[in-house]
Amino acid sequence: MRVGVITFPGSLDDRDAARAVRLAGAEPVTLWHGDRDLRGVAAVILPGGFSYGDYLRCGAIARFAPVMSELIPAARAGLPVLGICNGFQILCEAQLLPGALTRNSGLRFVTRDVRLRMENARTPWTRAYAGGEEIVVPLKSGAGCYAADPRTLAGLEASGQVVIRYADSDPNGSAGGIAGVCNAEGNVVGLMPHPEHAVDPLTGPSADGLRFFTSIVAAVLR
Amino acid sequence: MTADIVAQPFAELGLTRAEYQKIVDTLGRRPTGAELALYSVMWSEHCSYKSSKIYLRQLAPAEPASAALLAGIGHNAGVVDIGQGYAVTFKIESHNHPSYVEPHQGAATGVGGIVRDILAMGARPAAVMDALRFGPAAAPDTARVLPGVVSGISFYGNCLGLPNIGGELDFDPCYAGNPLVNALCVGVMRHGDLQVAAAGGPGNKVILFGSATGPDGVGGASVLASAAFGRAGEAVKRPSVQVGDPFLEKLLVECCLELFADGLVVGIQDLGAAGVACATTELAAAGTGGMRVELDRVPLRDPSLGPPEILMSESQERMMAVVEPGRVDEFLAVCAKWEIRAAVIGEVTDTGRLVMTWHGETVVDIPPGSAADGPVYHRPSARPAAQDAISADDPAALPRPSDGPGLRADLLALVGSPGLADKSWVTDQYDRYVRGDTVLAMPEDSGLVRVDEATGLGIALATDGNGRYGRLDPYLGTQLVLSEAYRNVAVTGARPLAVTNCLNFGSPEDPEVMWQFAGAVRGLADGCAALGIPVTGGNVSFYNQTGAVAIHPTPVIGVLGVHDDVRRRLSIGFGVPGASLVLLGRTEPEFGGSAWAHVRHGHLGGRPPAPDLLAERRLASLLAAAAAAGLLSAAHDLSDGGLAVALAESCLRGGTGCRVRLPGDPFTALFSESAARAVVAVRPGLEAAFAELRGAHGVPGQAIGRVAGDDLVVDGCFAIPLAELAAVHTAALPELFG
Repeated sequence: MRVGVITFPGSLDDRDAARAVRLAGAEPVTLWHGDRDLRGVAAVILPGGFSYGDYLRCGAIARFAPVMSELIPAARAGLPVLGICNGFQILCEAQLLPGALTRNSGLRFVTRDVRLRMENARTPWTRAYAGGEEIVVPLKSGAGCYAADPRTLAGLEASGQVVIRYADSDPNGSAGGIAGVCNAEGNVVGLMPHPEHAVDPLTGPSADGLRFFTSIVAAVLR
Repeated sequence: MTADIVAQPFAELGLTRAEYQKIVDTLGRRPTGAELALYSVMWSEHCSYKSSKIYLRQLAPAEPASAALLAGIGHNAGVVDIGQGYAVTFKIESHNHPSYVEPHQGAATGVGGIVRDILAMGARPAAVMDALRFGPAAAPDTARVLPGVVSGISFYGNCLGLPNIGGELDFDPCYAGNPLVNALCVGVMRHGDLQVAAAGGPGNKVILFGSATGPDGVGGASVLASAAFGRAGEAVKRPSVQVGDPFLEKLLVECCLELFADGLVVGIQDLGAAGVACATTELAAAGTGGMRVELDRVPLRDPSLGPPEILMSESQERMMAVVEPGRVDEFLAVCAKWEIRAAVIGEVTDTGRLVMTWHGETVVDIPPGSAADGPVYHRPSARPAAQDAISADDPAALPRPSDGPGLRADLLALVGSPGLADKSWVTDQYDRYVRGDTVLAMPEDSGLVRVDEATGLGIALATDGNGRYGRLDPYLGTQLVLSEAYRNVAVTGARPLAVTNCLNFGSPEDPEVMWQFAGAVRGLADGCAALGIPVTGGNVSFYNQTGAVAIHPTPVIGVLGVHDDVRRRLSIGFGVPGASLVLLGRTEPEFGGSAWAHVRHGHLGGRPPAPDLLAERRLASLLAAAAAAGLLSAAHDLSDGGLAVALAESCLRGGTGCRVRLPGDPFTALFSESAARAVVAVRPGLEAAFAELRGAHGVPGQAIGRVAGDDLVVDGCFAIPLAELAAVHTAALPELFG
């Protein structure tokens, strides 16, 4: 099974996302921002980083990259897509996900191992988790404060589109402690914390993040 | 002749009258404006090492023969063989002066500059570290400088995608007005990937690529980094600080690595201090000897710039490559893929002259070696008049705590002091996870990065400096910080392999500073010889002084080690209850320059602890063997604050308490800073095996207690709940900086 990882100019965690895909038993496929080609992959990850240097707004330029003209309709047609950190920001800018990510409430970049509560374990990216389960993965971002208007927030809560939430104190001021959301169909998921940095206790705080990647392998193979 | 001298602004460019005359003599005529600009930056202290060169020569000949050294001093950075076909290059460099003038951009471009040095060697940058020193933590100016420096490092390093794996943070009044911002980068390559900074092969093209050249940083090397801050000069110097674009640097890194992989580069040099002037003269001087450059082909951000400004500009994110004519198109295609601007600006010649034209008119025509080599000064040196009085001011006379509550209060005062407190306020702003190979990062003793996923091969890195020890004795002080960095690498289980250094001092024109500098370099040379590890490169930062007051002599030493299997690394955290604690090394009553004397009494005097380099070697080989054998669950170096601070840090890191009985005088046992010591936690049941190994390595040791409970307990003296310890330890920096 092949899972694409997009490299935009300024993507940084593409290598880590590819490693996580490999550890989950799938084949990572590099997708280049300038190619209008998804290379037949079964799922796509938009990795963390600073695409286009975060110029203008985080993710605002990347959404116009040629590869996105293929990705956006494919995602609307049901292709599983995961956006991590900057990838989440890009998915919001591309309006594949509701809401926006704004500057951390503390106005400083925050790197911290955060405890998260899995709110929706039914998406193709989270099925290997139990609903309500708590996991620890790193958060590292300067613009991770999730924001949306009250109606959107209420709708997300009501429809189960809040996928994952900060379980302890809110590290960046996100509305409702929201760390990640999905679209109405559940195939597009975005989150600020980095599950790809928690796939091996040697290099991360835990291996809790690996199941995002084993989830998609199981979901696609099923 | 006299009229010419008056007409040319050599003094404004930082040249002395004698240096100006030397330029005239070299050329046999009055220099052009462009030539004067070029010589002024190349002969600046920052670029030419004119005051330090005669001393630094000791470091090269004193290199112990090391099979590991693939490229030594004189390159952009030294290169060390770490086995399995991998080589590592690392270097530390100062960005002190810009970071005081404009903390955010000054510190950011310090990261950018050292990363390009590593890149120019052919390596993929793998991690960064920062050694930071500021004035008093509570001083208003520190509240301006520190947050800006940290945000600059965070902004640049995070966006560049390099894990920040450690460093230092310290405070001392001597750094008020002269903060030290020393940035280290380490890179990894395969053996065959080494690149050279030389323009060989007449007819080969010279390509400038990366950012366009703007007016930023003009004269940064000559005026800013090579002169002491005066009282009124800051307004003039402000525009000299460069502005960084880490996004562009990320693209430049990927672009260069692809150019190297495709074999498109004959020679390469990064552009740092002195920009185009430095890159062209150094490439030409190290290559066939000649180069022709059309300066009007340099892409400009500001079209009003003329040749002198173009030569002196320190615009960031630029590289210069030498490329065979038949491969220029391929080179430009790779640059286009990464959206990197590139321009052919000249070619290599065999004329022995560096000739530059500006719209057809010759504006520079010099022998490149004359600019690249620069003058050499034998500055006068004199033992500081105050040295004897400082040595005589023995901390033995200071009042000491005499009972349990007193010792407890002193321990808490130390772990809550800004220099020893929890540094999360700083390090939480840095990405330590990116690239997925960080095995250890702060608050560990060393950063540890995995190099090979299959074999577990890794590299450990530590930086250490201690201005107080340096002030008491530059020779011994330098050996102590070298020992500490060496030991910090060793406690992870890695084998120390090579040394880099950033020598931060006051004005070389002050004989007392030169005496300190000479002692420090001699200490480093002798220390490295005794430890059997080579110095692979470094950097000198002079003029860290305001008016007549210099900083403490502050050599910052970086030690690189190789770890055969990072899965066997040791953390400082006590985490395994029941593990027995062994104090390794000998403890003497040594308090000169100690954290205790500094924090509790604001005292600096007496003699520093005695380094014991042979004992350091024994300790390091014991730790490597014990880690490989899986005998230990934790190991922590003893340095600032002695055993007291080490126990507190290890308890907090591992989330477990400990119970110890102190040998001898409890105050000495807790707060002495004797060198060549570590505390280790031996896995339950393996005590005898460790004792045997310790004996075989000739390392003295004493069992002092066990990992247990939720308190740090010193029998007969005090108990401190971990929650209380943590509260004191973590409160200090947020209280100061918000």
